[in-house]
Amino acid sequence: MPADSVVGIALLHPELLGTYGDGGNALVLAQRLRWRGVEAEVLPVHAGEPVPSSCELYVLGGGEDAPQALAAAELGDGALARAVDRGAVVFAVCAGFQILGHEFLIAEGPRPGLGLLDCTTVRRAPRRAVGELVVEPDAQLGLTALTGYENHAGLTELGPDVRPLGRVMAGAGNAGDGREGAVVGRVVGTYLHGPALARNPALADLLLSWVMGRELAPVDDGDVERLRHDRLAAALGRRARLRGWRRRVAIPVTR
Amino acid sequence: MPARTRLAARAGLAVAYGSRLAGHGGSVLGGRVTLALDARALPRLSEGRTIALVSGTNGKTTTTGLLAAALGTGGSVVTNDSGANLPYGLVAALTADLAAGTAVLEVDEGALPPVVAATRPAVVVLLNLSRDQLDRYGEVRMIAARWRGALADAPGAHVVANADDPIVVWAARAAASVTWVGAGQSWREDAATCPACGHQLRWDGAAWACGSCDLARPEPALSVDGDTLVSRRGERIAVELRLPGRCNVANAAMAAAAAQHLGVPTARAVAAMSETTEVAGRYRVVRVGSSLARLLLAKNPAGWVEALDLLRPPPLPVVVAINARVADGRDPSWLWDVPFERLRGRSVVASGERAADLAVRLRYADVEHETCSDPLDAVRGLGAPAVDLAANYTAFQGVVGATARAG
Repeated sequence: MPADSVVGIALLHPELLGTYGDGGNALVLAQRLRWRGVEAEVLPVHAGEPVPSSCELYVLGGGEDAPQALAAAELGDGALARAVDRGAVVFAVCAGFQILGHEFLIAEGPRPGLGLLDCTTVRRAPRRAVGELVVEPDAQLGLTALTGYENHAGLTELGPDVRPLGRVMAGAGNAGDGREGAVVGRVVGTYLHGPALARNPALADLLLSWVMGRELAPVDDGDVERLRHDRLAAALGRRARLRGWRRRVAIPVTR
Repeated sequence: MPARTRLAARAGLAVAYGSRLAGHGGSVLGGRVTLALDARALPRLSEGRTIALVSGTNGKTTTTGLLAAALGTGGSVVTNDSGANLPYGLVAALTADLAAGTAVLEVDEGALPPVVAATRPAVVVLLNLSRDQLDRYGEVRMIAARWRGALADAPGAHVVANADDPIVVWAARAAASVTWVGAGQSWREDAATCPACGHQLRWDGAAWACGSCDLARPEPALSVDGDTLVSRRGERIAVELRLPGRCNVANAAMAAAAAQHLGVPTARAVAAMSETTEVAGRYRVVRVGSSLARLLLAKNPAGWVEALDLLRPPPLPVVVAINARVADGRDPSWLWDVPFERLRGRSVVASGERAADLAVRLRYADVEHETCSDPLDAVRGLGAPAVDLAANYTAFQGVVGATARAG
C-alpha cells in the first residue's frame, strides 16, 4: 500500500503514445481502485514536462514512428528507470513496449530505448500484423486468456532477462515466434490494444495487487465477461473451441 | 470517349437499374460492372470534364453534397453523394450522366492517390486527417505521405486545404497551387509532432508552428468566424445552413473556396448550399415506432467529439450504435478516445454489433446505460417521443436502410 493514500497513475505522453485508445488503460486502473474505495488519480504527462517521481503506476500506449521517437527521447532522462528501481509498476503497449527495450526501429532507422526490458525491436515484418490477438498467459501470472487487438510492423525479440507475457494462441505477437509481450519484475510490455486492461480486468487487478501489496476484492465484471466471450470466440473460432482450448486456458465463459 | 467505355458505361447503368428494381442499392454494382468491362473506365469517363475531388477523415460526404449544390448553379453536375467513395462508386457516379460537364467526387482517403492520377482533377479539397480505421489505413502520417506523392505528380490540380490541420498542410504543400482555408480542427491529438520533421509542434490559440523546421499555419484566404465566412480582405458572408453544427460551417467554407476556384462566386455558392437539408441520411429524422429519431453519424474520435456537441439536451435519450466491420475499422479501441463521460446522467442505450465494447467503455465513464444490440429496437424500447441516435458508419447505414424501407 502506498504511503500516500492516493494512488498516482502517470499516463506518459498521451499526445504522442495515444493513437490506439491505450489511454483507457490508465482510466481502467483508476476506476478499479475507486470502485474498491481506494482513491486514485490519473496524471497525464505531456512532452516537455518532467516525469513525476512519486507515482505508483506508469502507463504508456501505442503511437506512430515520429511521436514514438520523440517520446523515447523525452523519457531518456532516467526518471522512469528510477521509478522502476523503487518498485513502481510500468505497463506499456505497442510503441510504448518497444521504447522500454534496448533499441527500436522507426522509418529513419534504429533509436535507443530505455533498456527497462531485455528486448529489441530492430526488424520490421514484411507485412504489418493486424488483427485479434489471443494470449495464453505465463502460468506464473495466474491469469486467464488475454484478448486484444494488435497493429504493428516492428518485430520484438526477447533477451534472456525477460519472460514473455504469454504464448500466442491467435495472431502474431512479438515476432511470429509464438511469444507475446515481456515481463520482468513489475514492468510489463505487450502488443495488446483493446485497451488491454479494459478487455482483461484480471491483468489490471494483477498490476493493482502489486501496487497494493494484497489481493483485491472482486468487482462485478459481467459486461466485460460478455465482451471477452465475444472476442475470444471471434478470434479462436468454433473449431478451436471443439479442440478444447477453453479447458486449457480456463476462459470463464459464465460466472 | 472510346466505344468500349461507352458500352461499359451503358452496361453498368443497366445493371444498376435492374439492381434497384430488385430492391438493392444499384450504383455500386453498376460501377463494378463498368470497371470489369473497361479497366480504364475511370480516366476515360473523367476526360474532358471538370473534376473536383473531396477527401479527408471527416466531412467528405457533406462537403461533396454542398460543393455539388454550389457548382450545380452553373450547369449539370454528377456526384457520388451517397458516400460510395472507392473507384467503382466514382465510376458509377460519372456514368450516371455522360453529358454532365462537372463531377464532384468524394474519395476515400486511402484511394485518393490513384484517383488523382486517374481523373486529373481541377480541384482537390483536403478537409482533415485524424485517426480512423487504423487497421485498414495505417497511421495518419502514412496517408499524408501518400497524398504528398500524388499531389506532386499532379501539377494541374489546384488544392483547397484546411490551414488548421498541420498534417493536411504538410500534404498540401506538395501541390503546385493551394487555397488555404481556416476551417478549424478541434481534434489535435494526432498533431502533437511535426509531420515534416518529427519535432514538437507549438500551438498558440489557432496558430501553430514547428519549433524546428519551417512548417507553420499558412495565412488563410478564407476563414470561419462563427456562422460567417471571412475573406483575407475582410469581406464577410453569412452562412445560413440547414445542417447543424460548427463542423458543417467548416465544410461549407471548404466547398465555397473550391467553388470559387471553379468560377462560382462565394455568395452564390453559399446561397445554393443553404438549400441542402440532409446528405445521405445525416441529420435525417425518421419515425421508429412512436418515436422520432434524429440520425447522427460519427466514425472516429474527432467525429464523435463533434457529434456529442450536436446532441439535444437531456432528458432526451441517446442511443449510441457501434459496429466494427471492415468499413468501420475492425478495432474499436478508439472508443476510449471519445469523451463519453459527457453522457453522464443521461438516459443512454449502448447498441450495435459491438454494444459489448461500448458498454464496457460506458461503465468506466460512469455512464449508466442499457444494452440492446439492434439500434431500432433500442429506440423503440425507450418509448420516448424524441431520441437522438448516433451511430458509426455501417451501423448508420443499417439504420438509414431499414428506416427508408419502412417508409
